[in-house]
Amino acid sequence: MSTTTAPRASYSPLSRFTDIVRSEFCKFRTVRSTRWAILAGVGFNIIAAVLLGIFLPRALGTHDQATIDSTRLSLGGTHISQVAFGLLGVLVITSEYGSGMIRATLSAVPQRRSMLAAKAMVLTVAALVIGLVSTFVAYFAFQLFLPSGSLMRTSLSDPGVLRAVAGAGLYLGVIALFGFGLGAILRFSAGAVAVLLGLLFVPPLILSLLPQSWQNTVGGYFPLEAGFSMISVQHVPNTLQPWAGFGVLCLYALVAVWAGFFLINHRDA
Amino acid sequence: MIEATGLSKRYGATVAVDNLSFSVPSGQVTGFLGPNGAGKSTTMRLILGLDAPTSGSVTVSGRAYRSYRRPLFEVGALLEAKAFNGGRSAYNHLLSLALSNGIGRARVDKVLEVVGLKAVAGKLAGGFSLGMSQRLGIAAALLGDPPVLMFDEPVNGLDPDGVLWIRNLLKSLAAEGRTVFLSSHLMTEMSLTADRLIIIGRGHLIAQTTVDDFLSEGAGSFVRVRSPQADSLAALLKAQNAVVARQGDDTLSITGATPDAIGEVARANGFALQELSTHQATLEERYMELTKDSVDFRTTGNALVPGRS
Repeated sequence: MSTTTAPRASYSPLSRFTDIVRSEFCKFRTVRSTRWAILAGVGFNIIAAVLLGIFLPRALGTHDQATIDSTRLSLGGTHISQVAFGLLGVLVITSEYGSGMIRATLSAVPQRRSMLAAKAMVLTVAALVIGLVSTFVAYFAFQLFLPSGSLMRTSLSDPGVLRAVAGAGLYLGVIALFGFGLGAILRFSAGAVAVLLGLLFVPPLILSLLPQSWQNTVGGYFPLEAGFSMISVQHVPNTLQPWAGFGVLCLYALVAVWAGFFLINHRDA
Repeated sequence: MIEATGLSKRYGATVAVDNLSFSVPSGQVTGFLGPNGAGKSTTMRLILGLDAPTSGSVTVSGRAYRSYRRPLFEVGALLEAKAFNGGRSAYNHLLSLALSNGIGRARVDKVLEVVGLKAVAGKLAGGFSLGMSQRLGIAAALLGDPPVLMFDEPVNGLDPDGVLWIRNLLKSLAAEGRTVFLSSHLMTEMSLTADRLIIIGRGHLIAQTTVDDFLSEGAGSFVRVRSPQADSLAALLKAQNAVVARQGDDTLSITGATPDAIGEVARANGFALQELSTHQATLEERYMELTKDSVDFRTTGNALVPGRS
């Protein structure tokens, strides 16, 4: 055949997978949408914390300041930044389908599940690191802007505080993976984003129309409610325990990712 | 070498490719011809394992594409020009594909140079013209320096310079001993570039032949003879199994006999020849002749022309 092609070395499966991870990391860090999503995610967390640190003490009475879950409040930016993290997860996969890049990708890596695993790995590690850094920075920024001697001040060594701050970072990482799973299933950005936001924000609205007994039993199991139990220092009635709630959120993400893995080998690209 | 055996692909009720068997030999440019919707792109996706065949199989250098661990070293393919994320630079697009097959940065620089995109390597690919996008796609196909190359409509939308560049590139790739498989519906381009042809229509194989044979076999190719002794000449040629048609009092159009043979018959019998010419069909005529029954979206006459209802 070709006179110019060198004989091909056989490759171990591990080094093959390392190559695919490097490729996916290269894709992840070199596309504009990643930078925007990260900027938005980190920005929302920190800006919200700063604003809350400045204005909450003026808005709340002394009793409220002493009893309120101020750690959870300081992480309020996650309500918005989760959208950016979810979008990041969705786009990592759907942008390939949207642009046609997926056909170049799968021509280079016909082992589709390896490609998807490498993508999920790069995304999850990156989103967890960015999520954790942004929530810790947000927490310290909130403390920094509180007036001295504020009753809302907490310390990472207080019971549950470290878990809540780290939990917010973990929450954002898992939301990114959840978005990725939905993107892998639906393969187009608008659909996956709509389903993700729907699953996060619609259940509480529907739930509020249901009888109180229903709200108490199933209310804690929806993705956002389950995940946010990690972010609370004080346990909210009728929600899951922190790690149990986080486990439920992980389960949502894993089911979506598993479905994506199942489907990718059974569909035409 | 690409080999398809009984390849079929059905999308719901639509049969895109129907029991297709062909082989693409190495060291030649093989053209893949067919009207729009004939199944060319589908066939290429089946070759690359992007779509799974409903039945049948296709191998590249003896193995199914999906069994290759580093396929960029086996097959380079350009399917769509714009198959990249527009928010990524040309260099990073190629690097991300290269890394997945363990190919280094030096090779990325090299292919960018080969396709003439070195100066814009750092620019976002989203701003590329169609011609630049095609070049980027070809650069990706060359990353692994593969023995088999496959291009779907590579000259679509290119300016004359670009067309010439691709034509020469394809020929030089084939001259290096590589298998080049190229789809197009541009006949002139095919006749200039390809050595062999695989022609399909409505998913069926219509012909698999060399360009030369394809042109000389058709009804459009004949020898035209004008002679005062046309009747006698016709009788003698018919006796030699040639097919002879009258085109007027003294003119014959003959298929199944070479001009040499006809001239020899005339000389041996003392016939005068006033014309002896070969009429060769163009690739386009032959193609229309073969595919006239397999065009999906044919216009019906002149229904829209005023005055001819």
